[in-house]
Amino acid sequence: MSVQEWSADAAAEIVRAHSGPRGALLPVLQALQEHFGHLGAEATRLVAKELNLSRADVHGVVTFYSDFRTAPPGRTVVAVCRGEACQSRGSRELERHAQHSLGVGFGETTPDGSVTLDQVFCLGNCALSPAVQIDGRLVGRVDADLFDRLVADAAAL
Amino acid sequence: MSTTVYIPCDSAARSVGADEVVLALLVEAQLRGLDIALVRNGSRGMLWLEPLVEVDTAHGRVAYGPVSADDVAALLDAGMLDGAAHPQCHGVTDELPWLARQQRVTFSRVGVIDPLSPADYVAQGGLAGLRAALGMRPTQVVDAVTESGLRGRGGAGFPTGIKWKTVAEASDPTKFVCCNADEGDSGTFADRMLLEGDPFALIEGMVIAAYAVGAAEGYVYVRSEYPDAVATLRRAVEIAYKEAWLGADVMGRGFSFDLEVRVGAGAYICGEETAMLDSLEGKRGIVRAKPPIPALQGLFGRPTVVNNVLSLATVPAVLAGGAEAYRELGVGRSRGTQVFQLAGNVAQGGIVETAFGLSLRDLVEGFGGGTATGRPIRAVQVGGPLGAYLPADRLGLHLDYEELAADGAMLGHGGVVVFDDTVDMGQQARFAMEFCAAESCGKCTPCRVGAVRGVEVIDAILHGSPDERSANVEILEDLCELMTDGSLCAMGGLTPNPVRSVLRHFGEDLGLTPVSAGTLA
Repeated sequence: MSVQEWSADAAAEIVRAHSGPRGALLPVLQALQEHFGHLGAEATRLVAKELNLSRADVHGVVTFYSDFRTAPPGRTVVAVCRGEACQSRGSRELERHAQHSLGVGFGETTPDGSVTLDQVFCLGNCALSPAVQIDGRLVGRVDADLFDRLVADAAAL
Repeated sequence: MSTTVYIPCDSAARSVGADEVVLALLVEAQLRGLDIALVRNGSRGMLWLEPLVEVDTAHGRVAYGPVSADDVAALLDAGMLDGAAHPQCHGVTDELPWLARQQRVTFSRVGVIDPLSPADYVAQGGLAGLRAALGMRPTQVVDAVTESGLRGRGGAGFPTGIKWKTVAEASDPTKFVCCNADEGDSGTFADRMLLEGDPFALIEGMVIAAYAVGAAEGYVYVRSEYPDAVATLRRAVEIAYKEAWLGADVMGRGFSFDLEVRVGAGAYICGEETAMLDSLEGKRGIVRAKPPIPALQGLFGRPTVVNNVLSLATVPAVLAGGAEAYRELGVGRSRGTQVFQLAGNVAQGGIVETAFGLSLRDLVEGFGGGTATGRPIRAVQVGGPLGAYLPADRLGLHLDYEELAADGAMLGHGGVVVFDDTVDMGQQARFAMEFCAAESCGKCTPCRVGAVRGVEVIDAILHGSPDERSANVEILEDLCELMTDGSLCAMGGLTPNPVRSVLRHFGEDLGLTPVSAGTLA
């Protein structure tokens, strides 16, 4: 599903659809981020109001978990695994290559808004390392050439 | 008559092209008018052979791998559908020495069945454990799990039956069963492969746990880094409701159990059980002080069973085969089987499930075939990012809870990561602290501040004046002691493990002479 523009009505509907079970804050935030691509200040305010929580509580949760974004990501999101099993097969070089070739650090988006580069600690592909995840898809045995190809292919879609 | 072909839907297999192989096979079958019944199974765990294609023949399932999409036409030409010989053919899968030497209990169905076929599940022994449990009183189920010697597979190795007994004896009318599927340790992937390859086993184990302790609701907390596992498990839960393995009247026995899948949000610390409970409650994943233990005051303050995926998925086999049969496997106080995950720079990585007592050498050289790069092994990290680095001369160690602990190492979740002689162990020590600094929940000072100081001190040792090196090593030793003794949970408490092991075994990479490194350790 493509990312939608912010709409308070749509957001309130999503919150209500996911706020049934106990302790629903994470599922609510996940559903909102899936719909809108990120969680801006307006989302925090609305969730706090709908779930009868303080804005500080919601903000605290949003900023604690690395999955939640307070700014829109690039059109493609690529995460490079930095776990030890990936390090043993050259992920340190891959990390440097990724940052150099995209010209951004971890957690940053290229100026043209095309790619966000993230770090991740383990994707569970430790026998086929180094691993990356690109737009949710896991790829194993990634070297610099394959990394560049994956990013180019994603951009071409 | 159609030929059954198995190509895994496991995300590791897909990460190296299994979906492309499926597409190529279906296209070729169409062109050639071949009648193929395709099954997307889990992975057999021989990950260096992925994508592994298996063909059902009169002699059993015959394995081909690693197969790329470009290989498919030539393999069909060579007679793959009849199990014909080929350089990529490995013969009958079950007879491969790598598999034949294993004792698969928890993983008995993974890679064998269609993970979402209830008929396959039951045909391969599924539900036998639940049926046996429902024929017993709840206290007898708890006793059977205790007698089996099953210990928690998440890392701490706490006896599962004792935990269940505590929850069962609590008087609260509301209790929970929670499965910790926040498998964040690098080098571990068994939880993921089980969730993707045999999710009904976990569901069955959780139903048994709920029956044993008197819980009516449960949660599985799966990390968001595993989207395929989340999708498979969610579909399995839907199917289990339809089959009345979950819901208001489990197996028609008038007992009710509801199960919900929750997804993490990218925090390693939520693999710690109390942080996971806070996260399930919709809060920041902050570690709680213990006591109170979760068995008495867990989720929403209620008595809660918190078990790892592998512990719960092993329970059905324990009850189906009897506590005694499970107990007979293993050594000392490490009973049953352990699911090792062989990872990193290793020629033949994957899942090795055997009775406890295997040596590290047997695992890394016997099963693993040495390094993937062909260079000598320099270090093996056992038990995830909080586990010690062992040098090549310690490969004789046996992999059970007690023997590893006696050598300052730990089994953890069973991950074993191999490094060749190009590894810079000073950087590995630094990474241990960097990881802790990135993932600390921040509640206790030794972990939150200690990890940041740890990175700084290791940088000073690596790049600072050699004259100050020994003073800085002393500071690092002191910091490690403080983190070990003063941290609230295993994250801060065990981060010194890999750091100390580098000081002890690989001091030369920190610029220390072997002699001084020895005396400091």
